[in-house]
Amino acid sequence: MDPLFLARVQFAATTIFHFFFVPLSIGLVFMVAIMETMYVVKKNELYKKMAKFWGHLFLINFAVGVVTGIIQEFQFGMNWSDYSRFVGDVFGAPLAIEALLAFFMESTFIGLWIFGWDRLSKKVHLACIWLVSLGTTLSAIWILTANSFMQVPVGFAMKNGRAEMNDFLALITNGQLLVEFPHVFTGALCTAAFFVAGICGYNLLKKRHIAFYKKSMKLAIIIGLIGSIGVALTGHTQAQYLVKTQPMKMAAAEGIWKDTADPAPWSLFALIDTKKQENKFELNIPYALSFLSYSKFEGSLKGMETLQKEYTEKYDSIVGEGTNYIPPVKTTYWSFRLMVGFGAAMILLSIIGLILWKRDRLVASSTFLKFLVPAIAFPYLANTFGWLMTEIGRQPWSVFGLMTTADAVSPNVPAGMVLFSTIIYLVVFTILLGVMVYLIIREIKKGPEEVQGIDDKLSTDPFKVGA
Amino acid sequence: MELSELWFVLIAVVFIGFFFLEGFDFGVGMSTRFVAKNQTERSVMVNTIGPFWDANEVWLLTGGGAIFAAFPHWYATMFSGYYLPLFAALLCLIARGVSFEFRRKIKNERWTNIWDWVIFISSLLPPFLLGVLFTSMLKGMPIQKDMNMQPGFTDFINVYSLWGGVTVTILCFLHGLHFLTLKTDGEIRSRSASLAKKVALAALGALAIFVVLSWIMTDIFTVHLVPELALVVLIVLAYALAYYFVSKKREGLAFTMSGLGLAFTVSAIFVGLFPRVMISSINKAFDLTVYNASSGAYSLKIMTIVAVTILPFVLGYTVWSYYIFRKRVTDKEHLTY
Repeated sequence: MDPLFLARVQFAATTIFHFFFVPLSIGLVFMVAIMETMYVVKKNELYKKMAKFWGHLFLINFAVGVVTGIIQEFQFGMNWSDYSRFVGDVFGAPLAIEALLAFFMESTFIGLWIFGWDRLSKKVHLACIWLVSLGTTLSAIWILTANSFMQVPVGFAMKNGRAEMNDFLALITNGQLLVEFPHVFTGALCTAAFFVAGICGYNLLKKRHIAFYKKSMKLAIIIGLIGSIGVALTGHTQAQYLVKTQPMKMAAAEGIWKDTADPAPWSLFALIDTKKQENKFELNIPYALSFLSYSKFEGSLKGMETLQKEYTEKYDSIVGEGTNYIPPVKTTYWSFRLMVGFGAAMILLSIIGLILWKRDRLVASSTFLKFLVPAIAFPYLANTFGWLMTEIGRQPWSVFGLMTTADAVSPNVPAGMVLFSTIIYLVVFTILLGVMVYLIIREIKKGPEEVQGIDDKLSTDPFKVGA
Repeated sequence: MELSELWFVLIAVVFIGFFFLEGFDFGVGMSTRFVAKNQTERSVMVNTIGPFWDANEVWLLTGGGAIFAAFPHWYATMFSGYYLPLFAALLCLIARGVSFEFRRKIKNERWTNIWDWVIFISSLLPPFLLGVLFTSMLKGMPIQKDMNMQPGFTDFINVYSLWGGVTVTILCFLHGLHFLTLKTDGEIRSRSASLAKKVALAALGALAIFVVLSWIMTDIFTVHLVPELALVVLIVLAYALAYYFVSKKREGLAFTMSGLGLAFTVSAIFVGLFPRVMISSINKAFDLTVYNASSGAYSLKIMTIVAVTILPFVLGYTVWSYYIFRKRVTDKEHLTY
């Protein structure tokens, strides 16, 4: 087998898997921090119980998220060494800063938070969880700085046969980062909100710990509402930015082969034939794509045929003649639609939740509660499809306009090694996921009552005389 | 001093930090099978490193990130060339990271025992693998003109690199035992102390052989004779004092000495490499050096500003967290892990 293909499979598999855990960590620790804040401000023990119970679930998820993340830092060097040589001067910096600024913060303060319930004052303990939340968010910002460079490379010059950084400020104010980070962060809020809401829904159906789960549900509805509306709005700005910076990805995401009419309709459904480069059947919503792309009901978009010609003129000198600049169209197209679909469902559910809450029917409405359990999967699916669109839609590039994915792979690593490591990763990850889901279900069954406190009154101080 | 030289020093400092800190939690993980007599004792031991191990591991990630940012060619050559050992180390870190969190999530002896074995193995192997990696780097790897290598089995695994791996593992083990004498009480504390005395002697023996092997198999004593000899003296002194202090029940000083011993050992490796970062066994001209493997001046300048700004905060809150958890851990309290 081809080492390039295998390295891509490994990257896709490990990043998708890693990103099952990341958004929940970012969103849930933020919610736990709010719960603990409520506890410190209102001095209501119920909030402490909430912080501890949801904090427990956060920790199980966080552990898996952290360990599956370590791979990413090794992987660029192991499977993509030519990529690392070519962009390391620019791309390495955000990764190093992420470790220095974010990883130290989250790992130190999570230790203080877990073991410090009785050793720290309430306010200091609260500060710890907020610092963990800040750490996870900073981590997202820096890794997205790196990813944004791959989508829209800025702040560099070609020197010594590689990309060298010449403007750090441009790198961290990359327009792509400014639209990508809010989208990822609000997506993370959705993930946590629907995770909490689903578990609340299940328990409220069974009429267990009603006060506890009802209060948790209310917070989930607020966060879900902010998150799902936010993710749509930021998605809209991202689409507008996409038209300007990576028109080919946009054209593929819309299945546009020939330039559109003005105003452009949004394709709801299409049967795409990539061989003949045409759509056999289309169901369109008029005006909608113009609005999505330009926030007004006029303007056309270039099709893939035109763009292929433009890209050929612009980039063939860099990557060689006869390059196909069209990404896998069907995957990009359907990933986009599925992401938007699950996103829309999340907005709808959040609004229904709000209405039921205002009518005081949260516990009574069993249909809604039942629906919340499978809805836990919605943000996971939306996150995954969003990244599929972003990364597959960028192909054939690894760094847009600079380096193709084919040129990025390690030239010295045999296919067998990549295959072997991929298989082992998948086995290990499957075990981890299984154990994690099992443990989370157990914790949920145990319920909030059994969450223990930490009693360390009997431990001794080694610095005391005679200890 | 050029910025690329400064970054070589900074990366050495990060790896010293890593071995000084994660060194002891690897050692505690190893000790669970040599010191603890039952699961309760293992729990106490695991809980001594509970609040710290995760942040300690970040030193390794920071080291990797710093190599990527400051020396992209070093990062690319090393990570793609050492594919299997790094893959194995990675699997250990993955397994280790979840096992602390998972081990007592179910109160069942068999369940906990499985994860405790995971902790033991994944604490034993990474220092060994990193020792193999660093010592085989000193000996030289088959790096080609294009900076890539496709090493064969004997390039990683030979007498020298295996002994390097064993030595680093013993040093971490000793450091962990000292940490346990400092953070536990009663039986575990005294058992750790008496085992530490034996392991300190083993460490001195292993180091002596390692120095001789280095003299024969590498050029580090020809390239930097005086500094390397000075470091060897310091290393021997540190471990001799560690033995002395643990015998005199001066646990804090013993721990400091095994930490310094690790710090000097890592320094000896980095001094031996300098100015090379990866030595080619094929041709001297193919060596990767701090000059031909580094990032550009602008990138290094930015990274220097960032590191100098952030590192004091990191050190500050790290020290504070050790202060907060300064008490000895016993089974009379609630154990979180």
